[in-house]
Amino acid sequence: MTSTLRLDGVDRSFGDRQVLRNVSFEVAAGRMTGFVGANGAGKTTSMRIILGVLAPDAGEVSWGGRKLTRQDRRRFGYMPEERGLYPKMTAREQVTYLGRLHGLDAAAARHSTDALLERVGLGERGDDLLETLSLGNQQRAQIAAALVHDPEVLVLDEPFSGLDPLAVDTVVAVLRERASAGAPVLFSSHQLDVVERLCDDLVIIADGVIRAAGSRRQLRDTYTVPRYELIVATDAGWVRDEPGVTLVELDGARVVFDLPAGADEQSVLHAALARGPVRAFRPVSPSLTEIFREVTQ
Amino acid sequence: MNVTQATRLVAEREIRVKLRDRTFLFGTLFFLLIAAAGTILPPLLSGGPESVAVTQEAAGPLRDAGLDVRVVPDDRAAEQAVRDGDTDAAVVAGPTVLAMDEAPDDVVRALSSAPPVRLLDPDAVDPVVAFLVPFVFAFVFFITSQTFGVQIAQSVTEEKQTRIVEILVAAVPVRALLAGKVVAGALLALGQIALIAVVAVIGMRIGDSGGLLTLLAPAIGWFVPFFLLGFVLLAAMWAAAGALVNRQEDIAGVSTPVQLAVMLPFFAVIFLNDNAEAMRVLSYLPFSSPTAMPLRLFTGDAAGWEPFVSLAVLLAAAGAFLVGGARIYEGSLLRTNGRTSLRTAWRERETIG
Repeated sequence: MTSTLRLDGVDRSFGDRQVLRNVSFEVAAGRMTGFVGANGAGKTTSMRIILGVLAPDAGEVSWGGRKLTRQDRRRFGYMPEERGLYPKMTAREQVTYLGRLHGLDAAAARHSTDALLERVGLGERGDDLLETLSLGNQQRAQIAAALVHDPEVLVLDEPFSGLDPLAVDTVVAVLRERASAGAPVLFSSHQLDVVERLCDDLVIIADGVIRAAGSRRQLRDTYTVPRYELIVATDAGWVRDEPGVTLVELDGARVVFDLPAGADEQSVLHAALARGPVRAFRPVSPSLTEIFREVTQ
Repeated sequence: MNVTQATRLVAEREIRVKLRDRTFLFGTLFFLLIAAAGTILPPLLSGGPESVAVTQEAAGPLRDAGLDVRVVPDDRAAEQAVRDGDTDAAVVAGPTVLAMDEAPDDVVRALSSAPPVRLLDPDAVDPVVAFLVPFVFAFVFFITSQTFGVQIAQSVTEEKQTRIVEILVAAVPVRALLAGKVVAGALLALGQIALIAVVAVIGMRIGDSGGLLTLLAPAIGWFVPFFLLGFVLLAAMWAAAGALVNRQEDIAGVSTPVQLAVMLPFFAVIFLNDNAEAMRVLSYLPFSSPTAMPLRLFTGDAAGWEPFVSLAVLLAAAGAFLVGGARIYEGSLLRTNGRTSLRTAWRERETIG
């Protein structure tokens, strides 16, 4: 756990507007941490502060228990929210250049660039000027640019926006690879379904305040009322009269219902069995969207 | 990697991109053609020796003077040759020299005996050259600092506009970005001038005006350090101007003070170059000294210690502008919402971690 990235009590204002209030969270090594929040909630500002592109008004960012330095940050891979590379350079040239700026020697930068461009599917277009590439391909080049120096920490602002589904899969695979190599990976997204599919941990921010943070499972357990789905052989309408049940959805033989915290779901199951065959009975996990809604309201 | 290495990488990229830029290449080619044409053509156009029509008996001294002599049967034919434009001049009985609208100096000289001349100030400069040289110095500095300055501003704005600047400042110190651009600009500018100078020197050799070269040499020697420092001074301003805006189109709007700092000294040196007192002042002011001081050295008006003092003043000014420019550059580089005011950039510098 020595290379955990941590924000501690970070504040930041732009003029009179405070955009981050006492922001603290962790990005654990080897885990993909999703960073979600509405537009303007403070995701980009937090990421810029991690990268040292903005300075915090208060608080600090540490890595492996030490305050981050510029030298540390050179080993970070960063993909800013607003994309851009040099339009008049080829993808290969600028990825190599960025590799060298991050401290690789010429041969290592070239080698790493070639491998990455191949990996993100830009091998053949690598020598075209960036401005002649499609937006999706420019995005792939951008990802290569963030990864070229084999970073020890990845911070990616909306890495999937603008990518076609195939490219999303490629990028996901590359990020997973880095995470399993032990790098903390922080990525923001407003596509909650993608985050749900990908992240191990989750940080939810709203109005500059961290509303929830933890592993996906932990959050689910914390932020849900117990909800169950029951499918019986005949009409399930009787469930609404069981004690404590709040009906969510009823569709003939299928019913979804909530129980108060601590209530015994088995009593409903027994009641169902007493009436006839039970086809299915299972707890329903809330989707990330539902958690997000609940947490940010 | 330290600041120096980062600076070098940044400068390398700037130069590599520039060397592929068609506008830059054609621009350089254009200047080279002008330099070649300007040095080779005038002696060629002024043609060979004057031609003169004369009768056989008077031809001797003219031949000895190396003139192009056409022998004609009589004075009437000689006059006709001039009227027809067959020769520049004619010599008829008297002897009288005939020409259309301009006295043919070489013919006159061949026929007269000049008293011995002893020059008391043999280094004094030919008035034509004295008029041209200030213009050339001022023009070279003006054009070069303008062209490369605008390019530095554009390169700064491009990085802001494409947002790649965020990746860059996360990787290398902001100072290295600025330094790399200034170094690259200065190298390209000097390279271009050197190339033009080489072509001009070759041209002078071909055009056989090599004498001017020995006259110019010391002034050119001083022009190089003055040019470099003056360029750095302006480059710092251009970089700061470029950092204040987000779009290439807006550079013109913020760069007016920089344009004036280039243009006013240019015109001052052009118009005041025969006013010794004004030139003395101009040769110490940081914006005009890069052209004014080498000029005073060329005309021999400056004492030996003067360029050193002026260079020291320029160095101090360049240093100050570099520090100030860097501060504005840092203060505005990451502000990507519209144009940053100079005051905001100066005061609320983002202390980049």
